[in-house]
Amino acid sequence: MNYERIKEKLNILADAAKYDVSCSSSGSNRKNKTNGLGNAEGIGICHSYTPDGRCVSLLKILLTNYCIYDCAYCVTRISNDIKRAAFKVQEVVDLTINFYRRNYIEGLFLSSGIFKSPDHTMERLIQVAKKLRLEENFNGYIHLKSIPGASDELMYEAGLYADRLSVNIEIPTKEGLKLLAPDKNRKDFLQPMNKVKNEIQKYKSERKLIKSTPKYAPAGQSTQMIVGATNETDAEVMYTATYLYKKYNMKRVYYSGYIPISYDSRLPAIGTEVPMLRENRLYQTDWLLRFYGFSIEELLNKNHPNLDSDIDPKLSWALRNLHHFPIDINKSDKQLLARVPGLGMKSVYKILHGRKYRKLNWEHLQKMGVALNRAKYFITCDSRNFETKDYTPAQIKYKILSTSQTKYKNTLSQQLNLFG
Amino acid sequence: MTYFLYDGSFEGLLTSIFEIYEYKLDKVSICKISTYEKGFFNKEIEVITQQEKSTRLQKGIIKMGSALDFSQIYRAFLSELKGVEDLILNYTQYLFTEKRSVAKDYANKHVLEISQIVKKIGREKHRMDAFVRFRLTKDNIYFATVAPDFNVLPLNEVHFRKRYADQKWCIYDLKRNYGIFYDLHKTEIISLDLPTNILSSSEEFFKPEELHFQQLWKNYFKSTTISSRINKKLHQQHVPKRYWKYLSEKYLQV
Ligand code: SF4
Repeated sequence: MNYERIKEKLNILADAAKYDVSCSSSGSNRKNKTNGLGNAEGIGICHSYTPDGRCVSLLKILLTNYCIYDCAYCVTRISNDIKRAAFKVQEVVDLTINFYRRNYIEGLFLSSGIFKSPDHTMERLIQVAKKLRLEENFNGYIHLKSIPGASDELMYEAGLYADRLSVNIEIPTKEGLKLLAPDKNRKDFLQPMNKVKNEIQKYKSERKLIKSTPKYAPAGQSTQMIVGATNETDAEVMYTATYLYKKYNMKRVYYSGYIPISYDSRLPAIGTEVPMLRENRLYQTDWLLRFYGFSIEELLNKNHPNLDSDIDPKLSWALRNLHHFPIDINKSDKQLLARVPGLGMKSVYKILHGRKYRKLNWEHLQKMGVALNRAKYFITCDSRNFETKDYTPAQIKYKILSTSQTKYKNTLSQQLNLFG
Repeated sequence: MTYFLYDGSFEGLLTSIFEIYEYKLDKVSICKISTYEKGFFNKEIEVITQQEKSTRLQKGIIKMGSALDFSQIYRAFLSELKGVEDLILNYTQYLFTEKRSVAKDYANKHVLEISQIVKKIGREKHRMDAFVRFRLTKDNIYFATVAPDFNVLPLNEVHFRKRYADQKWCIYDLKRNYGIFYDLHKTEIISLDLPTNILSSSEEFFKPEELHFQQLWKNYFKSTTISSRINKKLHQQHVPKRYWKYLSEKYLQV
């Protein structure tokens, strides 16, 4: 191995891959049955954290950053004047194995710029995965970010070796895509997604009959949207996400605040702040939809097309729907409890368990770690003290904001100042 | 107050609790013999660890409560926190008066306290799963040194065995001076006289390519950071500074 040369390639190709925010290595069920190397079961491990606070769990690289396309939002685009490099298939295999054996990573996240053609590129990505599985007896996690426009046959093959497949939709709206990635077509993303969905379903039904059916993408598929590159609303982002979850059984949709990398006038200028707060609110909404039983219409709709920046989407919903509250913490069912601001799912379960033994009062709730400074306006418990006053939504909001801290304080106060 | 002095082993602790039941004593406290400080008015009983009593108590806890209760107790024990023995005693006594599993009865103060300790243990265990960094020695053993806040190595064993079934490895706890060694067939507890410069990956002990891979990893780590998103506070929350010395991406000079 020529370490100097590999180092150089690694720098270029890790740098180019870092804009894909997905680093999840969870959700697979690949065991180390063969006494080989590695496993990918249950929740993935974060082996380190970058100084920007993101989990490092996979070796995330591009096979090459040569690309024949010119997507405006992407550093790898053909018109961008940057250093280019390409890994050989075996080099990626060796790096993965050597990092994995040292417990640096949970596995590999491999993607690529498009050289020659989508199929040609996809084929190479598959070669890496295949080698890892068949030659190295590697059972760690493999995520292949598939190439838009890859054929059904290749998508099928990819799923035989990868734990997760993703095709990034990148731009949430059709119009935005046309503007920024004229080479690409929505169909190029959706067709591979569709193929993967169908194969996963087929695998599942076959698996019921024949136990030994070979695995097919056991960790499902995911996708990523860039937010803030075009002027889409939060509603547009989240309705697209909801559609993808439903139609293609997505395991995850990722939202990535656009990082300005270009002087292109179609895009926010370099130096524009990354919309991290917005990204955070979108993730909160995503969680409310997937785990808290909210429907998209409740959180975003015609009258409310954008999320509030100063309060989280659950609190925002609660303030718009004060008529549901207060609820009795000792009687309400799980679904209702989950809708109380300040109650995470963990607290909900603690309450459900705890109240089997005794009626819960404020002190109990506090000990359980419930964020009472928010929750107290929305609940009653085994105590005669509770907020009896009829506050208006604005009053509650003010009271809560004045007692809580946010890590986005700076961004927020700047933004609030902007809007006076 | 009567002090039950035990040898520091988990079986020893269980034997003590068993005997406290047997003799129906109250006003008792359980201490490790090695850290016990003699008091003038103290009554002391030295406990002799008995596998049979320990197993009987274990079965009793699981039968009366559940496997979860037992694992809570074991994990709390691994914390080595001062006074944890008495806490475990209280928990066990509460379980036997309630005659049911109390593992989730968080409104009880002993249960809550144990569950908080167990949470810390869990976190530390996961940190070790994540932050162990193997270095390849000349004799082909993937070797890692750690110094966890709590004695969690026994909890890590299964994970590493499953994952690294086809390589020899050893994880060594520098603080407690013992390690787990896997020889491709089984794991065993070992104790080593480590050279003082073990943290530097000198070629005296490690393969020549070892440093190259550490450097590649560190390079990767740098390249994958997005500078416009740097968030120091969040970063340190995830990787507290005291762990940095074991992470080559942090300490290595490139
Ligand atoms: S095809 Fe992919 S790599 Fe190429 S410019 Fe577009 S987004 Fe970037």
